[in-house]
Amino acid sequence: MLQANNISYQIGSKSILRNCTIRLKPKTFTAIVGPNGAGKSTLLKAITNEVKLRNGSITVNGRASSALDSKALSRIRAVMPQHTNINFPFSIEQIIEIGRFPHHTSPVENEEIIEKVIEKTRLQSYRGRTYQTLSGGEKQRVQLARIMAQVWDKSPHPKYLLLDEPTSDLDILHQHALLGTARELMSDNLGVLAVLHDLNLAAQYADYLVFMKNGEIVKQGETREVFTKENIETTFNHPVQMLEDPTTGQTIVVSIPNHMHLEPQKEIRYA
Amino acid sequence: MNSSITISKLKSQKLTAGFLTTAMALFLLALFLFSLTIGAVELSVSEISSILLDRLGFTNQNFTAVQSVVLMDIRLPRLIFTILIGTALGVSGAALQGIFRNPLVEPGIIGVSSGAALGAFVVILGLTSFIGEIPDSLKVWLLPPFAFLGGVLATFMTLRLGNYQGKVRVTILILAGVAISALANAIIGLGIYYADNQQLRTFTFWTLGDLSAGTWQKIGIITIPIVASTLILTRMAKSLNAIALGESEAFHSGVNVEKVKRTIVFLSALCVGVAVSFSGIIGFVGLVIPHIIRMAFSSDHRIVIPLSALGGAALLILADLFARTVVAPSELPIGVVTAALGTPFFIYLLTVAKRKNLI
Repeated sequence: MLQANNISYQIGSKSILRNCTIRLKPKTFTAIVGPNGAGKSTLLKAITNEVKLRNGSITVNGRASSALDSKALSRIRAVMPQHTNINFPFSIEQIIEIGRFPHHTSPVENEEIIEKVIEKTRLQSYRGRTYQTLSGGEKQRVQLARIMAQVWDKSPHPKYLLLDEPTSDLDILHQHALLGTARELMSDNLGVLAVLHDLNLAAQYADYLVFMKNGEIVKQGETREVFTKENIETTFNHPVQMLEDPTTGQTIVVSIPNHMHLEPQKEIRYA
Repeated sequence: MNSSITISKLKSQKLTAGFLTTAMALFLLALFLFSLTIGAVELSVSEISSILLDRLGFTNQNFTAVQSVVLMDIRLPRLIFTILIGTALGVSGAALQGIFRNPLVEPGIIGVSSGAALGAFVVILGLTSFIGEIPDSLKVWLLPPFAFLGGVLATFMTLRLGNYQGKVRVTILILAGVAISALANAIIGLGIYYADNQQLRTFTFWTLGDLSAGTWQKIGIITIPIVASTLILTRMAKSLNAIALGESEAFHSGVNVEKVKRTIVFLSALCVGVAVSFSGIIGFVGLVIPHIIRMAFSSDHRIVIPLSALGGAALLILADLFARTVVAPSELPIGVVTAALGTPFFIYLLTVAKRKNLI
């Protein structure tokens, strides 16, 4: 289990995270949702030891993460960034290989793992291409392949994949391809945490939802229990409707534009 | 894809780094031998080997005393000196471009060159003004330590300014380097305003670089810092590949980013500080060599770092060969030649890379 216990973080006197507690279990897809500036990415950074906490602690599989160095941590969890731009021409294989650097496996084994993740992310036709020549969606697939290569080994286990808004640049085809691959990877050995902007995507893929607002976790629980009109409206300060998708039977959320608001509205004045 | 193809591909990839390094080393050796034979006194490869064998105690007199002196006291030390300086400039350029994730970086960016220039300037101008005329024989020995001290001090200040809450912030570091360099240049400019013609001439030639000063004694001083730094920097290649993705990505890939950053800045300052203090400022090698290697072979730092070390040495031998033959018996300043030779080739590579969408 990857666990953040009552963590707080602040920059100067500005509080960014307040008393957040979150547990990531293997075989579970957890999504963090919330408005812009709620502290979602910061929570992810805090969980991955990228920022210094004011108080609280992080434990990784029962051990304090502060007691582990970056190499030991990187064998347990892999992090996929929002954007990755590179100033030098690297091939996609060279990028993916970086995921194997923390491990002591032989070059032959590494090459086989790289081969497998290239297949899994359907990057076969991109072999030998330079990373810079790829589109945003293709770059994200290469990054996914890289972190897959990083968590490929059986031990130490369980492992965690942490994705920071992985779908923000992608069209619907690639959004589903990426999150689908992440879900396929889930096993008794692997849990996934993703910061997601799209509420419906979060509800479709996550087993467990965490609502954040103003640096606090306002609600968390099983998706089918917490994915409600009330929780979404209080978190986002915006009216929504919950509908049922006639084909899948899933609950979906529709936000209501301000000019179609059902309740009487104040007149908008322009200065 | 079947796995036997995979494995053969892997082997060929693994071979590439070793193969390219060996090939470049052989090329450098050939260039070294060729360069030894060129000059006012004729020397063939067999005569060179006879002289060396003679020194090792196998007497065979196939050469003249003049040839022996020219080889042992002039050409050999000069060329070894050139190789060491070129290695220092090439390897630190490659490592700094890697750590700053920026292809525009050259060793001067951390302030080391300007700091060293200020140190040299203090000896050439400052000391003579305060203490009185210093004999040239003493000046030769005062210049390197002052230049080295200036270079390391400037780097140290740059690093301190770039430090924030225990982390080195790259943008601030680069800006700090620019500021420290500007300050050093301002002090030099002020000095130039008051300098006499002789002092100006000495200083200007120092900034253009000089390899003719290579002696066994100087080689003895610079070999250990340069060779050791080069070997350590070569071992950082994997970390630099991860850092190319970004610092937090590298951290999540298990790299101790702060340690790597500090080590590389320190070793580069040491390397370049030592080199510049004895040879003067030789521009362009540190900037252009890593690019040539990347465009010609790969961006993989396991190739870029060792090949930049060897390539820097090769480029400097070529430039030195040109500098001392084209206007013989006189010599061109080496810094002028590196820029004049390197620029057209670099522009050619840029146009090729642009077309292939590599940068």
